[in-house]
Amino acid sequence: MIRTLLTATALCCSMPVLAKTITIEAGADAQERLQEALILAEPGDIVELGTGTFELTDGLSLDVDRVTVRGAGMDESILSFAGQLGAGEGLLVTSDDVVLRDFAIEDSKGDGIKSKGADRIVYHALRVEWTGGPKATNGAYGIYPVEASDILVQDSVVRGASDAGIYVGQSKNIIVRRNTAIENVAGIEIENSFDAEVTENLVTENTGGILVFDLPNLPQMGGHNVLVARNAIINNNTDNFAPEGNIVAGVPAGTGVMVMANRNVQVVENAIINNSTSAVMVVAYTQSFDDANYDPTPREVYIANNVYGRSGFAPDFDGGKQLAAAFGGALPAIVYDGLGKGLIVNDTVPVLSLGLTKVGQSPTEAQPSLYKQSGAGEAVALSPIVLPASMEAALK
Amino acid sequence: MRTFLAAAALCLAGFAVSAAPTRPVAPVADAMITSAGMPKKLSDFGFFKDAAAWQPNQGVELYQLNSALFTDYAEKYRYIYIPAGQQAVADGDGVLQFPVGSALIKSFGYKIDGKDRLLETRVLLHRTDGWLALPYVWNAEQTEATLKVAGTRIPVRFTDPSGNEHDISYAVPNKNQCKECHALSGAVVPIGPKVRNLSHDTLDMLLSNNMLEQTSGYHPPIPDYADDGMPLKDRARAYLDINCAHCHNRQGSASNSGLFLTYEEKSPVHIGVGKRPVAAGRGSGGFEFAIAPGEPDQSIMMHRLKSVDPGVAMPEVGRSLVHKEGAALLSEWIAAMEK
Repeated sequence: MIRTLLTATALCCSMPVLAKTITIEAGADAQERLQEALILAEPGDIVELGTGTFELTDGLSLDVDRVTVRGAGMDESILSFAGQLGAGEGLLVTSDDVVLRDFAIEDSKGDGIKSKGADRIVYHALRVEWTGGPKATNGAYGIYPVEASDILVQDSVVRGASDAGIYVGQSKNIIVRRNTAIENVAGIEIENSFDAEVTENLVTENTGGILVFDLPNLPQMGGHNVLVARNAIINNNTDNFAPEGNIVAGVPAGTGVMVMANRNVQVVENAIINNSTSAVMVVAYTQSFDDANYDPTPREVYIANNVYGRSGFAPDFDGGKQLAAAFGGALPAIVYDGLGKGLIVNDTVPVLSLGLTKVGQSPTEAQPSLYKQSGAGEAVALSPIVLPASMEAALK
Repeated sequence: MRTFLAAAALCLAGFAVSAAPTRPVAPVADAMITSAGMPKKLSDFGFFKDAAAWQPNQGVELYQLNSALFTDYAEKYRYIYIPAGQQAVADGDGVLQFPVGSALIKSFGYKIDGKDRLLETRVLLHRTDGWLALPYVWNAEQTEATLKVAGTRIPVRFTDPSGNEHDISYAVPNKNQCKECHALSGAVVPIGPKVRNLSHDTLDMLLSNNMLEQTSGYHPPIPDYADDGMPLKDRARAYLDINCAHCHNRQGSASNSGLFLTYEEKSPVHIGVGKRPVAAGRGSGGFEFAIAPGEPDQSIMMHRLKSVDPGVAMPEVGRSLVHKEGAALLSEWIAAMEK
């Protein structure tokens, strides 16, 4: 209530003050000039990046609400962090109602762009890239919003992240739409998040295409209500190059979609083609944990109306090869560990159940069989994600 | 105003006959602390009597912490200013709540060629809309420090207390980076001044100057992590508290990590024992746990403390060197944990 009132007041007050555009060109002292502009910007301002490559020496950060940072295009305005000496990411955003669009972040030492607690953030037509291609020494996440409500990531390109290209963590009300994720460990990852739509993305040449995960011991847990629809998930067979220890280091190369420890997830109308381990995996969290509030199992996962290409011809997990041989050379398109409840598959492809009976059991103890669901089953409907109109308007 | 006073002082001095003239010094400029805007010069505040900022003005008091944050072996000089007639109050957790108009001032420098040189002075100003953090950078002549909201880097060569020479690119944090460490639920707050972390002498000074309310209760002090007469575990937790917990707490910049390193944290997994990384990326160093009991060399915490590679190194801001003594302490602590 107070917030609404304040917003209204802010709108009234802001009328006489004209939002200004601050243009920053590439060249000498780019670090100081650009960082100063990001600090001195006032709500409503546009910080415009000129064309060319900005050679930066430290991470950049933005902590002013309602600021737009806009370049001349993802191949025109390039923020290069190849010479970065400090900070955990290229650009850090900690304020609300920020729009980032039409520029590139290259070769940051840690994450590309991180936004933390930044509500109503728009990432549009950005490129975040590690230009040397997939390497374990690349930063973890390309586009990395965390702990926020209302997130829109659209028309962006991410390449080379040693964890996830686009990673949304511990957030609510999320749309990841029409992006390209290429040569990352995970193309797109939705983790410990509620109410997300991942649609119309091209996800290719990653280790795993789209991951929907939930992890223990975190402030926000219980990931649920995630729609993965109308994506092209193709050739995600890149060897896993994530540093050990990270959860994605355990994702088999050749994974199309992986749903882990989430509830009410729909995988529908995607084209899932030529992923060598599996088109879709539905599994529980496998590692030991100490957290009474955490449910490690997958629940109410609905898979329907997808188009499947070849898959499962070179499964990248212990015992996978033997398992594939037992099924005539390739695993069924969908692999389910048998844990949790409510898996519904309305596609005609076969579903392999590993028949595990307890969380954490090794796949070598699998009792593989074809999964038989009880009845045809219908999905629990997901409400469409609606973002504030100001966010969609920022895309224009 | 200041110019006027100085001029007046000069005039008066002209009439002085016998005693050496004492140049009156303008008091701390309270309006600079409380009114909107960002003063361009450190001297605008009047925190110091001298241009080189070594002599605190009336009401500005030097203070000491039990355990201090490592910043590339820089020497730090901390001052506290509370407007005349007002007091700080310790809340239930022993965190000092300062009245509006208070300021915390911290100068960073090194002894270079036998002389103390300041590189930067950071101020935290308590205004009606909250705390504001600003960094000021010293000129080569050491006569003025100028606001640098975007921070800067300064090449420095110095010798550390163990006699090792270092040649570093010292990073003055930008205004946002100040907030990254000083943020609690998104608002800027002081870090050091908590009853449990203020030295005994400092507490005495604050109380006898009436700068701290007497009823502040007992808060068991955090030990000096460098004091090897104290229990290893307490020293290690003191080190983590002052070096890491400003981000690694439930309301801090690293809240999403699930790694919470405050002195009070009780849950072993949140302190890092057997805790797997969440968003560490290559920061994990290929290890599975933040702390692998008994195995410091298999612990992500040690990997990140011993790295100077941005993207791996922790803390993310303010460290381009490894704090060997701190790393040795934590390594000893982890090694002593039962596997």
